[in-house]
Amino acid sequence: MNRKLLRFMIAVTFLLTGIIPGCTREKGNKIIIKGSTTVLPITQKLAEEFRKLNNSISISVSGDGSGNGIKALIDGSCDIANSSREIKKEEIKKAEAKGIKIKEILIAYDMIVPIVHPSNQITNLSADQLKAIYDGSISNWKDLGGRDERLVVISRDTSSGTYEVWEEKIMKKTEVRKDALLQASNGTIVISVADNPRAISYVGFGYINNSIKTVKVDNVDATIDNGKSGKFPVSRKLYMYVNENRLSDNAKAFIEFILSNNGQRLVKDTGFIPLR
Amino acid sequence: MKIKSIILDTILGKFFLVIGTSCIVLLFLIALFLFKEGIPISKQVRIIDYIFGTSWYPTSEPPKFGIFPLVVASLSVTFVSSLIAVPLSLAIAIYLSELASSKVKEILKPIIEIIASIPSVIIGFFGMVVMAPYLQRMFNIDTGLNLFNASIMLAFMSIPTIASIAEDAISSVPQSLKEASYALGANRWQTIYHITIPASLSGIYTAVILGISRVIGETMVVLMVAGGAAVIPDSIFSPIRPLTSNIAAEMGEAPFQSMHYHALFATGIVLFIITFLFNILANYLSDKYKFKG
Repeated sequence: MNRKLLRFMIAVTFLLTGIIPGCTREKGNKIIIKGSTTVLPITQKLAEEFRKLNNSISISVSGDGSGNGIKALIDGSCDIANSSREIKKEEIKKAEAKGIKIKEILIAYDMIVPIVHPSNQITNLSADQLKAIYDGSISNWKDLGGRDERLVVISRDTSSGTYEVWEEKIMKKTEVRKDALLQASNGTIVISVADNPRAISYVGFGYINNSIKTVKVDNVDATIDNGKSGKFPVSRKLYMYVNENRLSDNAKAFIEFILSNNGQRLVKDTGFIPLR
Repeated sequence: MKIKSIILDTILGKFFLVIGTSCIVLLFLIALFLFKEGIPISKQVRIIDYIFGTSWYPTSEPPKFGIFPLVVASLSVTFVSSLIAVPLSLAIAIYLSELASSKVKEILKPIIEIIASIPSVIIGFFGMVVMAPYLQRMFNIDTGLNLFNASIMLAFMSIPTIASIAEDAISSVPQSLKEASYALGANRWQTIYHITIPASLSGIYTAVILGISRVIGETMVVLMVAGGAAVIPDSIFSPIRPLTSNIAAEMGEAPFQSMHYHALFATGIVLFIITFLFNILANYLSDKYKFKG
């Protein structure tokens, strides 16, 4: 009797655990988008406008990191994966193993801009100086022509897509100093720099506001034109990834909307750099 | 009629047994999953190097997985916040149960319990936007996002929990004990110190350990205000990176089933073991000081 009961309970448990993930699979008119927090503001704005045009479609957008988005696309729990970096070879391999055909769609350009507190007099830093700041060889603002104060170096988490671009373009694969403060999102970076006169950090172009001051890199201003032309040293491409074998018509329509003139105008409105 | 109620009784009994057991089974499966995903890291690094390594560079080539600074960070933030929270909350508990008039108690106790329900993200936001700039100016330090700020915020979170449970424990000491003490000529302070507190020690330990467990496991607050630098703190104003915030910050970006992913699960195992030890300690202490009377 007891053993029977135990078996029954185990069966119930497995049944329950089996049902729960099943609920998250997409249904009919729903588009599920996951991934990079950098691409999040664009996606939210576009989803809003897209819903105005097709109000029968619901779009769920969440930002939990480029890696997570691609992970979700591979395990089938989202339709579109936002990414602020190119998909990695090992991720493509994982997808192929599951019979998923990944398609890459370039949707916008982004710049990663060094920022400081508005009271800071520094206006320009060279890429080499930025590297020296982040690898720990410079620790005082004095060495950069500023006040005699210790530098407070703030960086994104070493696993974020934003950091990966920073590592590639500025750090050239050297490690970030250990005492750098790591923040988990662009938003908290802006708050921490706005609060701290000794701080330096970097954020995506879309997050720049009046509470912080941007710094030129190698005398190139962080403007839309410089980002698009690639003249600004720390610029990058933003992608959406889809599974071509299981692409719903709604998701397809949404991507077409992003690439349309209308969609690209909205990309510009949210502070990113449109394709055209 | 009688048979019906017997049947009903049996069915309900079995029903709750099933629910109770499936909870345990689920919890067990979660623990199993944690170990299954965490153990593969031992193929990449030796366990000794993992726990005592001082460099955490999960995305470098080759990656470095050393969580010692993170463990030290978790333990130090827990220690400092307990130093702040435990005396304060015990003082609150003693005041409420022994000294305050019933009117004051009626107002204060619900307020304290409401404070306990403030979402941690709001406390974190307060620490980041209000407390951090204040600390920077006040102590002229490099950054207000540090061990001290995180400890204060965590103490703020755990004080209501500890105070409220400790107050219940102290209040439940039988009146006859205190009366006996007064009858022997002891004054109020002597009675509190020698009779009431020892008699409720078991409950007070439970309260303290529950509060500390909350501090160790808390993620949002430390993610927002601890600074996030993976260094061993050399002062109370050092930025730190506790285990919980490390998992929360990096899990979203770690490629599925990569070594980094396994390393983060292994961090979860370490955290699991630490809280497990705390619970054993709590059980031991509350048994040892159980009031026998």
